[in-house]
Amino acid sequence: MNQVIDSILILLTLTGFVLLGSSRLAACIKAVGIQGALLGLLALVVQSGDLSITGVVLALIGATVKGILLPVLLFRAMREADTTREVEPLISFNLSVLAGALELAMSLWIGRHLRLPADPVSSFFVPAAIFTILAGLLVIVSRRKAITQVIGYLMLENGVYVFGTAVALRMPVLVELGILLDVFVGVFVMGIAVFHISRQFDHIDSLRLASLNDRV
Amino acid sequence: MKPQSAFPLLLAIALAPMVQGIINRTKAIVAGRAGQPLMQPYLDLAKLLRKGAVYSETASWVFRTAPAVGLSAIICAGALIPFAAFPSLTHFGGDLVLLGYLLALGRFAIVLGALDTGSSFEGMGASREIAFAALAEAPLFLALAAIVRETGSLSLTPALGAVSINVWNHAAPSMCLTIGALLIVFLTENARIPVDDPTTHLELTMIHEVMVLDHSGPDFAIVQYSAALKMWFLGAIIVAIAVPWHVGNALADAACALAGIAALGIVTGLIEASMARLRLLRVPTLLLTAAMLSALAFVMVAK
Repeated sequence: MNQVIDSILILLTLTGFVLLGSSRLAACIKAVGIQGALLGLLALVVQSGDLSITGVVLALIGATVKGILLPVLLFRAMREADTTREVEPLISFNLSVLAGALELAMSLWIGRHLRLPADPVSSFFVPAAIFTILAGLLVIVSRRKAITQVIGYLMLENGVYVFGTAVALRMPVLVELGILLDVFVGVFVMGIAVFHISRQFDHIDSLRLASLNDRV
Repeated sequence: MKPQSAFPLLLAIALAPMVQGIINRTKAIVAGRAGQPLMQPYLDLAKLLRKGAVYSETASWVFRTAPAVGLSAIICAGALIPFAAFPSLTHFGGDLVLLGYLLALGRFAIVLGALDTGSSFEGMGASREIAFAALAEAPLFLALAAIVRETGSLSLTPALGAVSINVWNHAAPSMCLTIGALLIVFLTENARIPVDDPTTHLELTMIHEVMVLDHSGPDFAIVQYSAALKMWFLGAIIVAIAVPWHVGNALADAACALAGIAALGIVTGLIEASMARLRLLRVPTLLLTAAMLSALAFVMVAK
């Protein structure tokens, strides 16, 4: 049981590194989709002791939205925005991966020192969650394109979800559905925003957006 | 020292070039060709040994001794590696560090020989080889550290011997990560795709092969044979972790491990047949990934 959970958490961490290290947008979107599917699996495995119908349905909805729907939306946004397929990082990929390693060490330290009301099933739970959050933040700040920032935001949200799974075996249905809806709408809006930005300015470079003002 | 502890080394000396044959045959079959005979590497070695060696006028004794030093370093390294239930020729606490540095010593000799020729191409190859080898050391040591931490033994023979089904039962994720990391190190150290292409004939893209361009005849045979031995020994480490079944009968275990090495050759052949070489600039990222894998394995074992 513990082995399966550990394996899923390791895969989650590894997809995080894939996201930090890959130079192709499509690979990044696929990685974040795989992460979403893994989250659904994780939720199922964690509560496999006492499975309830709502739990299973929630996990399945989560996996479908995060693993299929959102990647499809992102792929669409990528196509509509007609952007190049490279990621365009501000720091090199090697440096990103190294920074990721640093974040992993940091999250292991935090995981060891963080006091939780109930001990999570696996001691790698909290480190994996915090690493995913930090790696998501890193993707947001270190990539040029608006669409990679959406991907980073999704990853960050995945980390929050893992943390939630670690702390409370079962969140209230309404809360969980609400979060899911939030993310879905968020990505939907961002996808449209990315499309409009690219149509208005012929690019989705977030750095150049900062220099927009009226005083030309 | 027991008599059967010479077995791993003798087996390696006899069978090492066979792995190359298996890889080539796998690649040929995937490509739809009949391929060369499995014993072709032996025939190549025999052919090279019959020829004379040509030495450049600028090369000194460093160039002439390089193959011999490389071969002896690899054989010494092989004396530390067990095979299945057979212990290695010698073992002591911390011998895995010696293993790392014996591999490095062999490489150092070949690199010095390459620099000694005064050819700019060989210098370029040497610099690439060293750059990647330095990066490959981190995942190798971290992976061995994970095994050491898991089995509680600082010597290769007891540590690899202790990797059993039980270890897999409670640490399968980190064992998989270790194997992944070691596989990348295996491909890098042995100059296989996706890091280096052993069949390329374009100096600009070569790494390992360009360093040994000036060696000829028996010298080149020794260089090739050392490379085959290195592949066998690194493969034996991976197989010892990946094939954890111990039947009890030493010969049956050895047969199991031999099948494992053949499987590793097939896997390498499949990787070579299905992948293109990475761009040189992306290779450090691959090795960094390997280091991440083994670091993660170590963390999971140590927690």
